[in-house]
Amino acid sequence: MNMHGWGRYPTSTSKLLDFENITKLRNVVTDNDDLIPRGNGRSYGDSSLASHIIQVRPHGYFLDFDEASGQLDVEAGVLLSEIIETFVPRGWFPKITPGTKLITVGGAIASDVHGKNHHVAGCFSECVEFFNLMLPDGNIVRCSRDENTALFRATCGGMGLTGIIIDARIHLERICSQYIDQVTMKTTNLEETFEAFESCSDNTYSVAWIDCYASGNELGRCLLMTGEFTNDGDLDYKPCKRLNIPFNLPSFTLNSYSVKTFNWLYYNRARNGVSRQRVNIDSFFYPLDAIRNWNRIYGRKGFVQYQCALPKQSSFEGLQKILTTISASGKPSFLAVLKLFGEANNNYLSFPMEGYTLALDFKVDDGVFALLDLLDQIVLDHGGRIYLTKDARMSQDMLEQGYPQVETFRNLRKEHQMDTKFNSLQSTRLGL
Amino acid sequence: MSYLLVIGATSDIAKATAREYASHGFDLYLACRSPDDMTGFVQDLKIRSGRNTQSLALDILDYDSHKGFYDALEEKPAGILVAAGYLGEQATAQYDFDEVARIINTNYTGIVNLLNIIANDFEARGHGFIIGISSVAGDRGRQSNYLYGSAKSGLSTYLSGLRNRLNNKGVQVLTVKPGFVSTRMTANMDLPGPLTTQPGEVAEHIYKAQQSGKDVIYTKRIWRWIMLIIRAIPEWLFKRTNI
Repeated sequence: MNMHGWGRYPTSTSKLLDFENITKLRNVVTDNDDLIPRGNGRSYGDSSLASHIIQVRPHGYFLDFDEASGQLDVEAGVLLSEIIETFVPRGWFPKITPGTKLITVGGAIASDVHGKNHHVAGCFSECVEFFNLMLPDGNIVRCSRDENTALFRATCGGMGLTGIIIDARIHLERICSQYIDQVTMKTTNLEETFEAFESCSDNTYSVAWIDCYASGNELGRCLLMTGEFTNDGDLDYKPCKRLNIPFNLPSFTLNSYSVKTFNWLYYNRARNGVSRQRVNIDSFFYPLDAIRNWNRIYGRKGFVQYQCALPKQSSFEGLQKILTTISASGKPSFLAVLKLFGEANNNYLSFPMEGYTLALDFKVDDGVFALLDLLDQIVLDHGGRIYLTKDARMSQDMLEQGYPQVETFRNLRKEHQMDTKFNSLQSTRLGL
Repeated sequence: MSYLLVIGATSDIAKATAREYASHGFDLYLACRSPDDMTGFVQDLKIRSGRNTQSLALDILDYDSHKGFYDALEEKPAGILVAAGYLGEQATAQYDFDEVARIINTNYTGIVNLLNIIANDFEARGHGFIIGISSVAGDRGRQSNYLYGSAKSGLSTYLSGLRNRLNNKGVQVLTVKPGFVSTRMTANMDLPGPLTTQPGEVAEHIYKAQQSGKDVIYTKRIWRWIMLIIRAIPEWLFKRTNI
């Protein structure tokens, strides 16, 4: 079957493997090579593509919930959206959630995803107590910070390359409302943007949309949104209805003019200075989930996401160069998102590092890969790295320079014979 | 709170519909041949919905057991969903009467036997709803699956008669005719995307239709028009087709 990630680029011809139960899964794992587990297929590039894809999403039962502590046991195929629908009305919310709720818990662990509260709460692995992992020999081991620690650190952020996550125990946190008090700050250049981020480091949630078309004095202008859950007691959460884009839009839909106009409108629509809104969970955390298949707006060839992180001391200079390069390239990035990360964790391949992260998306076309190579060089020069979950094209050298623990990860894979069993197009490309 | 009794609860449509009803506050009796297979689903449903959920053993082909099964339910259900079914192998069945019997008895005889018992109880007490999962395959016989289709056709006709009988007795009968649904039953078929739906959507549709007192629904809705056309093709022409 022809498969692709959320970016619709690249594609692979893959055999999809289902399993009914653990015994059948064991057979699937021992009988095949070149396997990769796949959750809801929301990683952007080629990390869930391989000649054999194990479909974990159908295995999505809730196993146990402790109403007193918020401790939740789930099979790996449970979606965050299901957790939210089930538990927000009871006053619980995932401690860490990325910008989409349409991902599985297994995928959240394998990507060690981060959210708007990374600077105070860290990556998804922070809310994971343990998970059960099937290894290449079909044995299942429990991994936590105290048990099989190396496997835990390799699997959180390990892109499914260490085995199949069967189930996990995660912790939810108490909320008293489905509403968030949002504060929007409008800045006029990159200095102001940085100051704004520093000033709101105590806020639980913060993220900025950045106008990557602005240049000169306006370079780096943004709308910075911070948020706190309110405590009005309204937990009557209903997921919003989703619009559908039923087919790929023609690839000229997003061109430099339409994207420039969109960015201009989006920036100028917001009031100057500081404004306040009350918004619900879906519009604060998951604005894009409201449009099913939004990845189709980029046309048939798909798009690539580019998310880099830069150490704090070199962030300003690095971002200035990146934004100048993009602005000069004339390649439209529909959405550009900036966020200040907190400290890095010690998982081998987790992406966040203390400093700024910028996420961009580009329609796949002739010049885009050359532009991304230029950006890679800037990221390298400033000691940064690229997020594997979004990557579809970086070089092995780029990976090795960005991730100091990659050798530890490789050695662990060899030690458990994972390198001959679990491989994705991405791991093959990057020699992981 | 009222119970929904689900027959053939391991089917994907049954599971999705059970979840839908639980989310609207129904408690659940989930009946299938081997309740042990349902343990994970039952636990999941309890956590998701917080409703009472019990799994029960019932073999739709063990006709003699049906009365005892229903009598043993402490609190009688407000409604019943019959999702038991067996697609079978048309090619095998053409030469093997055991397969024919299994197709007909699972999709028709067993269900009729059980529903007779339940319909009488609902009629006597003067309220209740009966939801039967039939199929578009029952709307016209086609060479590729007419044994399954004829059993479903029988079921549709039975439900139609039951509806007529119970119309003034406070009992609703809803016939559901799914077109293509992505389930385990159809996992090996290459289904056309625009005409195919997911169990979750079928479940929502069933709940809404039952609550608003509908008689017959096609799901997806477009199947009503597709089957209207297919039924309108004259037999002399239809017999030459291969659809």
